[in-house]
Amino acid sequence: MKTKKSLLQRYAASPYMVWSVLFVIAPLLFVIYYAFTDRNGTFSFNNFSRMFSGETPKVFVISLAFAFVSTLICLIIAYPLAYSMIKTKKKTQNMLIMLFMLPMWMNFVLRTYAISFLLEDRGLINQLFTSIGLGQIKLINTSGAVIFGMIYNFLPYMLLPIYSVMSKMDKSLIEASEDLGCNRLHTLTKVILPLSIPGIVSGITMVFVPSVSTFYISQKLGPSDFTLIGDEIETEIKSAAGSYNYGSAISFVLMILIFICLIVMNKFSDEDAQGGMLV
Amino acid sequence: MKISGKIYIGIIFAMLYIPILVIIFFSFNSSNSMAVFSGFSLKWYGELFKNDKAIDALVNSLMLAVSSSLIATVLGTAAAVGIYNIKSKRAKTAVMTVTNIPMMNPDIVTGVSIMLLFAFAATLLKLEIFGFFTMLIAHITFNLPYVILCVMPKLKQMDKNLPEAAMDLGCTPLQAFFKAEFFEILPGIATGMLMAFTLSLDDFVISYFAAGESFQTLPIYIYSMTKRRVLPDMNALFSVIFIVIFALLLIRNLMTKDSSNVKKAVNR
Repeated sequence: MKTKKSLLQRYAASPYMVWSVLFVIAPLLFVIYYAFTDRNGTFSFNNFSRMFSGETPKVFVISLAFAFVSTLICLIIAYPLAYSMIKTKKKTQNMLIMLFMLPMWMNFVLRTYAISFLLEDRGLINQLFTSIGLGQIKLINTSGAVIFGMIYNFLPYMLLPIYSVMSKMDKSLIEASEDLGCNRLHTLTKVILPLSIPGIVSGITMVFVPSVSTFYISQKLGPSDFTLIGDEIETEIKSAAGSYNYGSAISFVLMILIFICLIVMNKFSDEDAQGGMLV
Repeated sequence: MKISGKIYIGIIFAMLYIPILVIIFFSFNSSNSMAVFSGFSLKWYGELFKNDKAIDALVNSLMLAVSSSLIATVLGTAAAVGIYNIKSKRAKTAVMTVTNIPMMNPDIVTGVSIMLLFAFAATLLKLEIFGFFTMLIAHITFNLPYVILCVMPKLKQMDKNLPEAAMDLGCTPLQAFFKAEFFEILPGIATGMLMAFTLSLDDFVISYFAAGESFQTLPIYIYSMTKRRVLPDMNALFSVIFIVIFALLLIRNLMTKDSSNVKKAVNR
């Protein structure tokens, strides 16, 4: 009876395993295959040599820089926000978290559209500026608009993990540190901050990955000749003039880069979690 | 709480909601200006409901979300049970690593990879395969990990003696699962299905690569609309979606409050 049970239950995962091989692993192998072949299907490194001799490294650097800046600003905004939220009543907290999450349930295309509507040359903000005599200021199609778009779209992803770590934090630890003579700043830096590292780490990954690979935000809000790495992949794969091989090569490099970032981030949070446990 | 904290929450709140409220406000504008409000009208809502393409896209999105979340829930629940019962630690880690790939990979890479697979299959079969089925496969694929991750903790929490007790009482293993275990992990299955449904409804990037000309979902339709000059019926669509989500979240909030009250009453 027992062996029969384990057999049946072990087979329960086999449809999923077949599915994963067909639609997760095989597609990734295709990315690698296309990245290392030319148009005729013969093995070559041409895509990579073309990538590193052209503009693409610059685009990679710009994408990483934009994602870094917007992730950092999200963290700077979200951390004090989560901190202020845990100081409110439990009932208020639930309401606040629902309201902060609500925009996240809207599609990001819609959210980006909402920002572009506001920043438009003849949009509401510029009308306000003109009416108070400042004149029209170029807001849309600037790098600032792209950063703002990323922050607006991904801020909830930073807030949620930090808030959930902070709200589960043992309140008596904070009281203990105050009893032991810490002032507010020291309590924050020596108790609350180290304990909220896991939330910060998952917030950073959740904002960084979509920011670095976005293509719609830059198209809608950025300057006309502005490209991020996501735009380059999208153009190569979707336009008739592009090549699957080159697009795959860029995707491959992007994937490797992000995996390295994730591994580094995970190491970082594991060590800290252990340190936290020792304390 | 200190007043500065309240002000800070208020400022961020305003930053998030001003763009949304402006769009909702201008969806009632009688002209198509984006900055001057020339009078209240429901004209753009009328236009929206006459817009066949938008309605079709909505129906497609719902169809896709329902079918992909159902299939992903069945496959994912079975997978979670199977993975939970794998004895070898190494095999378990291997399967879980593969499960994590679609969650860690940026959407654009997942989208491109699935598209390449279908493009290859299309040239091999000499068929135009991009459409509902390619989208369905793509959506099931990115939904599966979330279902598994919702069901898995419930299996771990379950009393291990439960299935054995059921079998001692004469159930076959299959009956033991459906009569005992299933009800223990049901909350996880329900959360997983709901999550799969919303993710599927919301996805743009992966769908954009897996879609053909013939099958458009709402996010793809919105994308193609907002790329060009936007008509104000977009604002009406935006407002409708916002109100629906707001209502759903409010209902969910009230329901969880009710159930926690019930729990409190039971504990008393």
